[in-house]
Amino acid sequence: MDFLTYAFIFLLSMFLGIELIRKVPAQLHTPLMSGSNAISGISLIGAMMAVSLAGHSKFALFLGGLAVAFAMINVVGGYVVTDRMLAMFKHKG
Amino acid sequence: MQTIATILFLAAGVCFIMGLKLLGKQATARKGNFISAAGMTMAALGTLFSIIAGTEGEFEAGTLVWIFAGMVVGTAIGIPAAKLVKMTAMPEMVALFNGFGGIASLLVGWAELQRHYDAAGAVAAAVEQLNEAVGAAGAHADAAFGVGVSSAISIFLAIFIGGVTFTGSVVAWGKLSGKIPSPPMLYPGQRVINGIMLLGLIACGVWIAVDPSAQAPLYISIILSFILGVAFVIPIGGGDMPVVISLLNSYSGLAACAAGFAVNNVLLIITGALVGASGIILTRIMCLAMNRSLMNVLFSGFGAVESGGGGKGSGEQKEAKILTPDKAYYMLEAAQKVIFVPGYGMAVAQAQHAVKELATLMEANGTEVLFVVHPVAGRMPGHMNVLLAEADVPYEMLVGPEDINPTMESVDVAIVLGANDVVNPLALEEGTPISGMPIVEVQRAKTVFTMKRTLGSGYAGIPNPLFYLDNNYMVLGDAKATLQALIDEYKSDS
Repeated sequence: MDFLTYAFIFLLSMFLGIELIRKVPAQLHTPLMSGSNAISGISLIGAMMAVSLAGHSKFALFLGGLAVAFAMINVVGGYVVTDRMLAMFKHKG
Repeated sequence: MQTIATILFLAAGVCFIMGLKLLGKQATARKGNFISAAGMTMAALGTLFSIIAGTEGEFEAGTLVWIFAGMVVGTAIGIPAAKLVKMTAMPEMVALFNGFGGIASLLVGWAELQRHYDAAGAVAAAVEQLNEAVGAAGAHADAAFGVGVSSAISIFLAIFIGGVTFTGSVVAWGKLSGKIPSPPMLYPGQRVINGIMLLGLIACGVWIAVDPSAQAPLYISIILSFILGVAFVIPIGGGDMPVVISLLNSYSGLAACAAGFAVNNVLLIITGALVGASGIILTRIMCLAMNRSLMNVLFSGFGAVESGGGGKGSGEQKEAKILTPDKAYYMLEAAQKVIFVPGYGMAVAQAQHAVKELATLMEANGTEVLFVVHPVAGRMPGHMNVLLAEADVPYEMLVGPEDINPTMESVDVAIVLGANDVVNPLALEEGTPISGMPIVEVQRAKTVFTMKRTLGSGYAGIPNPLFYLDNNYMVLGDAKATLQALIDEYKSDS
């Protein structure tokens, strides 16, 4: 795919994101922020690809591995903390 | 293998969209988070499959080792951090996680350039050797650098946005956790300096786009984006950190998106854009709740000493009335309608369980009790809701400022529990730094109890004339201890 196709997909996704979040009650803002923060850890797959593409560059390999670790903290920590928050909402009286 | 990977990517994309949608509704939020986590798992698996498929036999075990090592380290840090963090400290934890996502994008961009540097270096060395062998000079390896203009720009953006997100989030974390002073830090020429750095970054971007093999602009970009992230957040007061975190969250999505352009991955682009857009919308909703524009939040140095004008100093001739808990009890006991206005002070004192216990006792005593949650009370929008939910306060007892303000006169006692800026009547006057911000207008209640440690200003650094009004009583001390004293009074009386 060429750059323009990617740009097209990018724009459509932006609109989708805006539509998805438009009406959200205030009490869910924090979990939503935390949950979408976990999703932004999607850079994990970019990091994995960076490792696989590194080829013979040892330094690139190291940078990619570091990126995987950071992204993984974002992903795992983000989902767990969001779930903790939402679990509290669950058992309301 | 590649087909399986593509199907997994598709499913992951659907999961993220469904997850975000479900996260926006109370009843389905937890399920939404779970679905989005499942999507992330599929995305990672798909990537793994596609890596294995892509190498076709000459697969290097080293690749997998690095990926798994990174994953294990990340998980080992992420899970305990998320499990052990106190709910009151959760906003800064989210900020820090967000920063890590940002630096991951930066590193992806850097790794992408680095491998080309090294590959080009290898090719150049090979050409050199060949030239020596043939005895002819002249042939150069310039054309070997395999990064196109659009890729180079994407890589630059991943580094730029990722770097700003990283240091910006770390500063936000520091401000929220008290490791960095929270008042806005302003210095002369701030905007000019930031502007120059931004121009420098753009110049580096152009340089990388024109000549991706040049290494200098990469390193300058990394350093400048780090500095810019700090410079961007440091002048913003701690009270506005929720907006900043939301905005940085949006940035980390866009950084992931740019990384997606850099490594040609559609799922990264889609998901990054989803997060980027939803973050921007959320930021806007928050700004609307404070009745301020985003530009105002970012560039006004809100609440800084320099801009503190308004009613400053005017209320200080008056004496605030101090009340002890036992006297407060007599007034509460006779009250028909009581509202609690929680703020960050409640979070700091971990008083959410005590306030719930007190509310239950009051209700048993025939008093109508409501919790008024201001959208930006605490350090994150909805922060108070999370804490009150933790203490099992039922939803029916929570109302917003717009629900209670019209009938404020019928409230016998309004208990301000560690909140300050969201009940500051200066917001209703012209020309103060918080003018126009919707507040809980407790000053119109029959009586106000302000539970607070000291008579100091709030997080925004603005004095609060509420403390000196005739119908206000200060109950100074730790909120939890005060509440406990009230609970004891109720218990000993029944």
